[in-house]
Amino acid sequence: MKIGSRIYLFLVFFFLYAPILVLLIFSFNASNSTSVFAGVSLQWYRRLLHDSATLQAFRNTLVLAVSSSVLATVLGTAAAVGIDKMKKGPAKTGLLATTNIPMMNPEIVTGISMMLLFVFVGRLIHMDAVLGFGTLLIAHVTFNLPYVILTVLPKLRQTDPNLAEAAQDLGCRPVSAFFKVVLPSIMPGILTGLIMAFTLSLDDFIISYFTSGPGFQTLPIAIFAMTKKRVKPDMYALSALIFVSILVLLLLYNFMQRKSDERARRKEK
Amino acid sequence: MNETAIIELKNISVTFGDNQVLNDLNLNIRDKEFITLLGPSGCGKTTTLRIIAGFIDPDEGEVIFDGKSVKHLPPHKRQVNTIFQRYALFPHLNVYENVAFGLRIRRIPEKQIKETVEEMLALVNLKGFNKRNINSLSGGQQQRVAIARALAVKPRVLLLDEPLGALDLKLRKDMQVELKNIQQRLGITFIYVTHDQEEALSMSDTVVVMDGGVIQQIGSPMDIYNEPKNAFVADFIGESNILDGNMLDDCLVRFSGARFECLDKGFAKNEAVDVVVRPEDVDVVPVGQGQLKGTVTSVTFKGVHYEIIVDIGGFKWMIQTTDFHAEGSNIGLYIEPDAIHIMKKSEYSGMFGDYSSFSDEFDELSDPDPDEEEEA
Amino acid sequence: MKRHSTSRFNVIASPYAVWAALFIIAPLIFVVYYSFTDASGAFTTENVSALSKYLPTFLRSIWFGIVATLICLVIAYPTAYLISQKTENIQRTMVLLVMLPMWMSFLIRTYSWMAILEDENGIINGFLASLGLPRVHMINTSFAVILGMVYNFLPYMIMPIYSVMAKLDRSMVEAAQDLGGSRLTVIRRCIIPMSMPGVVSGITMVFVPSVSTFYISQKLGGGAFDLIGDVIERQFQQSYNYNLGAALSLVLMVLILISMAVMNRFTGDEEGMAI
Repeated sequence: MKIGSRIYLFLVFFFLYAPILVLLIFSFNASNSTSVFAGVSLQWYRRLLHDSATLQAFRNTLVLAVSSSVLATVLGTAAAVGIDKMKKGPAKTGLLATTNIPMMNPEIVTGISMMLLFVFVGRLIHMDAVLGFGTLLIAHVTFNLPYVILTVLPKLRQTDPNLAEAAQDLGCRPVSAFFKVVLPSIMPGILTGLIMAFTLSLDDFIISYFTSGPGFQTLPIAIFAMTKKRVKPDMYALSALIFVSILVLLLLYNFMQRKSDERARRKEK
Repeated sequence: MNETAIIELKNISVTFGDNQVLNDLNLNIRDKEFITLLGPSGCGKTTTLRIIAGFIDPDEGEVIFDGKSVKHLPPHKRQVNTIFQRYALFPHLNVYENVAFGLRIRRIPEKQIKETVEEMLALVNLKGFNKRNINSLSGGQQQRVAIARALAVKPRVLLLDEPLGALDLKLRKDMQVELKNIQQRLGITFIYVTHDQEEALSMSDTVVVMDGGVIQQIGSPMDIYNEPKNAFVADFIGESNILDGNMLDDCLVRFSGARFECLDKGFAKNEAVDVVVRPEDVDVVPVGQGQLKGTVTSVTFKGVHYEIIVDIGGFKWMIQTTDFHAEGSNIGLYIEPDAIHIMKKSEYSGMFGDYSSFSDEFDELSDPDPDEEEEA
Repeated sequence: MKRHSTSRFNVIASPYAVWAALFIIAPLIFVVYYSFTDASGAFTTENVSALSKYLPTFLRSIWFGIVATLICLVIAYPTAYLISQKTENIQRTMVLLVMLPMWMSFLIRTYSWMAILEDENGIINGFLASLGLPRVHMINTSFAVILGMVYNFLPYMIMPIYSVMAKLDRSMVEAAQDLGGSRLTVIRRCIIPMSMPGVVSGITMVFVPSVSTFYISQKLGGGAFDLIGDVIERQFQQSYNYNLGAALSLVLMVLILISMAVMNRFTGDEEGMAI
């Protein structure tokens, strides 16, 4: 039974990592094939460093991910605080239901629905190339918002409802009571939302595909354009780099969490 | 304590939805007294406290602080501070910073802050806890931090909302003594909310018994216990046998089929009244010697005394006695005139005071839950 | 009754409310608007009536989506259960391992499958050939497309099921055993019914992207297995027939809403449709 379950888990993880293994190996391929290995070389990594278009796309992706996740976090946190304070009723229910739409809808529908809006508005204001950084930013903020709101809301519900009152009681104005007391206590939720929004934005292809224009390419879109033709191992090299950096970040995060858990456990005793 | 009122509540009424939480409430709170709002869950005691703190605007009525109306003064401008039910300590700040919070808002120089915080932590016996994380403290310690935090800003009045509700019994008793000591040492007014009658009696100068958004009685703990105004108060504070009676004359009352001398007068001839007899005030005597006789239906050993339920003409009395009486035995009962307390009939008449369905367990189960206080 | 302290705070949800109205609600209205107009903006039902032509595509998408979802469920359920039985630290590491692939471009990972499955130079076929075994045709088959879906969306099935199972009260399972339940009975009577919320959200999270995908079918199906996502994508990126594309999307959206409703109806009964 035990052995069986181990083999089972191994197979599942093997399945999940097989293509990643393949691309890691072939990123060191000496030839430009993505299926026949012809010896080890670092040429694709070297080439990547000189590929200005890809590097530009990478920079664009970062700029977009940072700006959209920060904007979504600010807007979403404010929204969560407001929703939390709203009394039960149609306004609250409606707002929460609307928040769920981008999470329920297929991404392709979200993408084309926003594209239709942008194109229509573009036509109204006689602007042909309406799709670009602005529309991408709007699209990314929009699909990030629900994730931020839905991570901050439960945090707010967990905090002691008297916290803000206690601060006012000690002499804080209502607004500064919020910033001094409520905001710090929901900070972990806000940070989780921010990180989630950042990674979602970094990774998004489908919605970006419909809301971006030729003037502003993100990495997933650049990759898509390349996979239309024949992919060279330089894309593999890029993915390998991304994979390794994410791996390191996650291990670090995991390590830190384990540490803080241990500290918390020690305190309980 | 002195006689000038520091807080006056005048004709306060509050409604949440269709629920009348406070109904034309009037209360004067004297400076430097320890006053307790006592009542079952939902009686309006926490709402009263929140009105004084400024978290709720009453629909009607005035709140006067030191002779001036504070009706439109927001909480952060009032000279009162609150100890919240679940303490509401700031989880992102350590003990020192929690206590210093109100002082920093007031932009007090750092040196003075340090002095005050140390002084306050010493006052609540938390010396050396400065750097501790709030979440690493026990419930009792968190409670002390909350007290230190509120007292650090030197309030004229401290509001305490069931502050001991989350603590276990032993800790609770210790904190009761400590809170009373702190109040006397600092000489400030404490307004204390609880549903625990024992707590109220042992700590307070004045007890305000509330039910249904109305004050039932205001008085010293002794007055409340010895001279309850109606059946609700008599039942809520301690144990009481409450019987229907008739005032035959001044100082002469008839109940349970017998005549008794008492000390109460001023009632109309033959007026129907409620008669209160506390369980510890009934003497057990041999059958035929007392005014009443009955059959013991149950006996519970309580340590100091036995608690026996006695059936007298179908009405079950609770009696506390130091002598053992077996179940089923017949006994006589004697009641001294000063053990009988006569009350006017009220809306609560007939609702309390019969021990026919009494059991300890039931009493515990029906103990009001401190968390169930009204919230809008 | 009024409260001094909190009343003004719900105002700060209003920027979001405006944003949601502009960029969540309004775009959906445009989908409906474009569905029922032609290129000049005049009202027409032509787009909707043209949809019958795409019925086979819709049916294939739904069929592939259902198959991929079921396979994911069958693979993910034991996986989630086994992970939830590990110690806390191992659980955490395994969860990270499940989620890690999701952070890599799914385009590249899908492309990498091409290299694995190819006929001539494919890694599997190369391996078979080196053993002297006959080659197997895998790429550009419906198998490859469904494999791509299962591969890409499997973590979305494992995660919700796992998080429900991890929260299951151990003492409850012990209580069931204590009352005489065998290991299998405990799984059937306790764990499966109680993990249903995770299963339901897993099914949703796999079915929706499977039905609407367009990249996987292009790369691994070689264009021979047009799915509804492919058709929609072409209307917007190649033939520029936004109106038809909008109509197709509208139907897709309605279709998914109906499937959700049907599934909720099914799982609404206490004796859920476990596996």
